[in-house]
Amino acid sequence: MMNLDFNEKDRFFENKVFLNRIVACVLFINIATVGLLVRLIYLQVVGHSHYSSLAQDNRVKISPLPPTRGMIIDRNGEVLANNYPTYSLEVFLDRVPDIDTTLSELKSLLNLSDDEIDRFNTLRRRHKGFEAIPLRIQLSEEEIALFSVRMPHFPGVEVQRRMLRTYPYGELTAHVVGYVGRISEAELQKLDPSIYSGTYHIGKSGVEKAYEDVLHGKAGYEEMETNVQGRSISVLGRTEPQAGADLYLSIDIRMQKIAQDALREYRGAVVAIEPATGHILAMASNPSFDPNPFVQGISRDQFAVLQNSPDRPLYNRVLRGIYPPGSTVKPFMALAGLEFGQITLGKRVGCPGFFRLPGSDHRYRDWKKSGHGSVDLRLAITQSCDVYFYQLALRLGVDRMNQYMRKFGFGEKTGVDMDGEKAGIYPSTEWKQKARKSAWFPGESLIAGIGQGYVQATPLQLARATAILANKGRVIVPRVVDHMKAPPDTENPFPLQKTENIPIPPVYWRAVVDAMVDVVHSGRGTAKGIGGGLNYHIAGKTGTAQVFSVGQGQSYKSMRVKAQLKDHAWFIAFAPAEAPRIAIAVIVENGGHGGSVAAPIARNVIQYYMKGH
Amino acid sequence: MSSDPLLEEIPLYEPKAGRSWSQRLHVDMPLLIGLLLLSTVAFVVLYSAGGQKIEMVFRQAGRLALALGIMVVIAQIHPRHLRLYAPVLYLFGVVLLAAVLIIGETSLGATRWLNLGVVRFQPSEMVKLTMPMMIAWFLASQPMPPALRHVLVAGTLIIVPTLMIAKQPDLGTALLVFAAGWAVLFLAGLGWNYILALVVLGGSMMPVLWHFMHGYQRDRVLMFLNPESDALGRGYHIIQSKIAIGSGGIYGKGWLHGTQSHLDFLPEPSTDFVFAVLAEEFGLLGCASLLAIYLFIMARCFYIVVQAQDKFSRLLSGALTVTFFVYVFVNIGMVIGILPVVGVPLPMISYGGTSMVTLLAGFGILMSIQTHRKLLPPLESQ
Repeated sequence: MMNLDFNEKDRFFENKVFLNRIVACVLFINIATVGLLVRLIYLQVVGHSHYSSLAQDNRVKISPLPPTRGMIIDRNGEVLANNYPTYSLEVFLDRVPDIDTTLSELKSLLNLSDDEIDRFNTLRRRHKGFEAIPLRIQLSEEEIALFSVRMPHFPGVEVQRRMLRTYPYGELTAHVVGYVGRISEAELQKLDPSIYSGTYHIGKSGVEKAYEDVLHGKAGYEEMETNVQGRSISVLGRTEPQAGADLYLSIDIRMQKIAQDALREYRGAVVAIEPATGHILAMASNPSFDPNPFVQGISRDQFAVLQNSPDRPLYNRVLRGIYPPGSTVKPFMALAGLEFGQITLGKRVGCPGFFRLPGSDHRYRDWKKSGHGSVDLRLAITQSCDVYFYQLALRLGVDRMNQYMRKFGFGEKTGVDMDGEKAGIYPSTEWKQKARKSAWFPGESLIAGIGQGYVQATPLQLARATAILANKGRVIVPRVVDHMKAPPDTENPFPLQKTENIPIPPVYWRAVVDAMVDVVHSGRGTAKGIGGGLNYHIAGKTGTAQVFSVGQGQSYKSMRVKAQLKDHAWFIAFAPAEAPRIAIAVIVENGGHGGSVAAPIARNVIQYYMKGH
Repeated sequence: MSSDPLLEEIPLYEPKAGRSWSQRLHVDMPLLIGLLLLSTVAFVVLYSAGGQKIEMVFRQAGRLALALGIMVVIAQIHPRHLRLYAPVLYLFGVVLLAAVLIIGETSLGATRWLNLGVVRFQPSEMVKLTMPMMIAWFLASQPMPPALRHVLVAGTLIIVPTLMIAKQPDLGTALLVFAAGWAVLFLAGLGWNYILALVVLGGSMMPVLWHFMHGYQRDRVLMFLNPESDALGRGYHIIQSKIAIGSGGIYGKGWLHGTQSHLDFLPEPSTDFVFAVLAEEFGLLGCASLLAIYLFIMARCFYIVVQAQDKFSRLLSGALTVTFFVYVFVNIGMVIGILPVVGVPLPMISYGGTSMVTLLAGFGILMSIQTHRKLLPPLESQ
């Protein structure tokens, strides 16, 4: 073995082999190092922007800061819709390792109902991104304590402070102010996520819905630096949310209460308008409901009770209730007759208690079987003589009636700053052709002339028409929001449209209003019961809307008709008659006669307003 | 040691006087400077990676001091003594490995430690050095290139401790020990045909190896092949590491400004993945600089290898140099996602004492080889 070492040639050969191998090693090391460098260049130069954004995503979580919803305040400064702080239990899905286990454990810990779990699962299905999903919106202090102790067992479940909507006046404002509720799937599709991130509620009805954009405000954001567990370490940046605007309503909550209380025993509606401005002072629809449960998410059972009640408490009769206006159209009809020269102030008509079309046997009955005798315009309105207006309607024809009545807003939406109002119907020959595919009969004009038949109107429409009348023809658009405390660039969702006023000659106006004053204040008026003890004049008109049509040869005996088929009672009025400051429309469903049921309600409201001013 | 007749004619001169302190201490200055440079980088990066805890840097500095001490001590040992004791040390290492498998301490699912009462000792670390020593000892007395039977003997000497370490399981160390042994064989002139045959054999053994792999080892290989397949699970480390490196860019985010490491996204930022921290905070320039320091150290090592005067020294020093590079390559390759995740620390940079002691002991051997050379006597004395 050792001999080999002595061999110089072998030594030389071994040296050569060894040096070759060293060269190979050096070569390998250099190639490998270049390989590392190439890979580093690929990552750090070529892929830099890609990996930078990944690193940024890793480190920055954006959490939305929901804005505070604007308050809703009445004309006297009473808060009708407010926010109060509450603690909710929320789940960050991306941080929960096993959602089913977490849910079942939380269920037993906090006694979650199946409703709550179902709602959570619905939200979960449409969950997007990093947003938290509420599991229970209002936690009691005990529940907070209970959960806090066990919090480490529930990664990704957190107690968050939230503002919750509340309606201090409950039932009283349910129809005007409306309510907010959980954002539905359909609504979510339409919402701008940059504005609604972190918001769980949206206006569902009333002013809350109509002025949603103004009330909501704009979401802010907090950029949080997080660690790998998603826990926040520090705040990198903050964009403050922009709080929603406070809305000041023209509603007077005390008047609202008087109206609501007056309606207490009935189904019906009251609307009071300031004629000068169109501001709605009161808007009551009875029965009403408590809007507060809707905020937290009303249970199915609770909702079913409201939904299925025959009294339909969820239904806003002021905007959506369409009733035949009955005799309340007579003052407007009178103005139409005068305008088109079909009657004069002094012209008298004999009323035998019925009217017959020329060449027909059909009797169009007056409400007073014995008739009113010889009546002029004033008496026709005061006593609500149907025959007088049958004749007038026959002379005018439905199309001229339509033309004139539309100016007062019949058959048209009022343009009130709330959603969901109905337009009602004021018929015409064209309308009948389109809607019923048949020709107009002259007899239908007679029925329309006393506000029955096809004619349908909402209480708000009648209140507005009354206000326009009170204004001597100056057209107004009803408004429920007086003003708002909003940034100057805020767009009003309901800009006022230019309106065309109705030219009413003062003589005609005087005549009609005098007749309406007689309705209340003369001994022959249909609403004479309410005229006493007032130091001002109310100009009013009663109306009776038929629910049940009385056949030829039958007589209407209100006592025999079932309560649901009794006539609806109307009363429209404004006061003081000489310089009107308030206009009102009242309907009492199945109330019978307008003068005895609806008029006293209107009187209470007018009296409150006149005393206060 | 062998007396070389050629050299004996000219009396070899081992200078005793007039030498600098470094020569007297048997310390190779360029190598020491390179290592201290690396340690400086290590302290800077570790301060950041460890959450800016200065105690951590102090502890690592303490370990460095200890390891440097061991290096200097080993540098005093003459290479001929190293050669003399190589078989004994090798056998001792194998016995200790056997002891580990029987009475070793288990931690984190792996049995790697022997409890010596005062300290816990990891025999596999020692084998990293005794392995190349043993193979160099064996092949130094054979003609180069080695004959088949010598290759087979050497192969057996390599494979036994490797399998024992793999059984612990410690795939990373087993790989390094295996590499250290084969490096010696390669330097000794193992024929290319053998190498080719081994590669083919190794390739065909893969399925068998797969069969014997532990679940987590299989996972690592699978993850390496497709890290994105389980982004939040096991592939997570590789992805986060790549994000850290890539987001560092050319110039880096600046010292202490790495987000991946500081926000806990990076796994083990101060040990196995410390390179990612460096890459994130100092960018491509920092990475290239670190590689340059490594290359400088290796260049100096090769200088020592080529200067070495006997076969044992040459093979041993060459193998130590190559394994040093393998450490660097395997660690960085893993962190930048071109190699599977194996628990190999980045030499001299990763936090921890064990691997540093082994490394510096290896450099001690190199220094010993360099500083114990017999020099030609100055001309006037001839």
